[in-house]
Amino acid sequence: MLNTVRMSKLMNSILKRSFWILGILLVCLSFSTGLASAQSPTPSDDQVNAIARQLFCPICENIPLDVCPTQACHDWRELIRQMLAAGKSEAEIKQYFVDHYGARVLSEPPARGLNWLVYVVPPLAFCAGIFLLFMAFRTWRRTGSGSAAALVSDPSMPEKDPGSANSQGDAASSAVDDEYAARFEEQLRKQR
Amino acid sequence: MEQNTINPPAIKRRGAPLWIQLLVWAGLLALLVILGLGLFRAQHPILKIGSKVPDFTLKLFDGYQYQQASQVSLSSLRGKVVVVNFWASWCVTCADEAPAMEAAWQYYQPDGKVVFLGVDYTDVDSKALEFLSRFSITYPNGPDLGTRITPIFNKNIAMPETYIMDQEGVLRQEQIGPFQSVAEIRSAIDPLLSGK
Repeated sequence: MLNTVRMSKLMNSILKRSFWILGILLVCLSFSTGLASAQSPTPSDDQVNAIARQLFCPICENIPLDVCPTQACHDWRELIRQMLAAGKSEAEIKQYFVDHYGARVLSEPPARGLNWLVYVVPPLAFCAGIFLLFMAFRTWRRTGSGSAAALVSDPSMPEKDPGSANSQGDAASSAVDDEYAARFEEQLRKQR
Repeated sequence: MEQNTINPPAIKRRGAPLWIQLLVWAGLLALLVILGLGLFRAQHPILKIGSKVPDFTLKLFDGYQYQQASQVSLSSLRGKVVVVNFWASWCVTCADEAPAMEAAWQYYQPDGKVVFLGVDYTDVDSKALEFLSRFSITYPNGPDLGTRITPIFNKNIAMPETYIMDQEGVLRQEQIGPFQSVAEIRSAIDPLLSGK
């Protein structure tokens, strides 16, 4: 009985120690992985260019930083590489460039000040264009059908086989042709 | 003889309401004004000689100070002739000009009547400090953070450029491109000191 109690205590002690050791090991492991990630290897060109292409060369305008061939741009790409290696995030790097060189270096300018026009005017112009086209088409359709209706309903116009014109547009054009033909014949008759 | 005429039915014109039309025209007008102003500014990029230079503050590089301060504003330099030199480490002709600028600063510094300010235009800080160290530049120098100072003088700046203001903060001289010698720099500054 005594042996069983001793054994049980021993087992408890071993288990407790095991938990402690496991806990310490886990903590050490997490620290080591953290250090490993902080001391990440030199960022690749692809990683650098992923950020560089969102920025424009501040001195040679309209050239993205990732393809700019100047020495200054090379220096800035190296700066991005250093900042990435130091653990800076993409947002932090972009903010650094904005702070140093102004918002003009961003390929997508922030929507403030007059910049918002860039985001608002094109969609508005597009919507206005669609609206104008819609109005124009509607007006043309009404005008066309109105003229056709007027011509077809004109009793002085020659009769036309209704089967020959399937649509109102055809009816309108053929009616106009018939009218001119009728006038032309009338003129010829007068001259004789 | 009865003449056949085509009388299309009167079509009621339906357009956008008047207030929408006015709004659209006003918007277009505003857009044209903005574009026009932009074009006007693009055609007049450089501050004119005789203009009062708007105030600006230059935050100095680490290791540089002016009267124990880490930044200097133009308005605090009233009563002195101010030489603002724009440069960059990637600019080859800036390197040609740098020794003459430092020599001129050494010439004027003892009197305290002339202040030189070096403004580093779009540069990498480490490269800029390397440049300053290489030419032993001692006059106050700092980066043009956010490119706020450069457009005051010239929106289409070409490195190097130097602007010289009189004791009242009025622009009196401008040098587009590098100064070739200390004598050339002195010939631009001395008339302002003698009040000519």
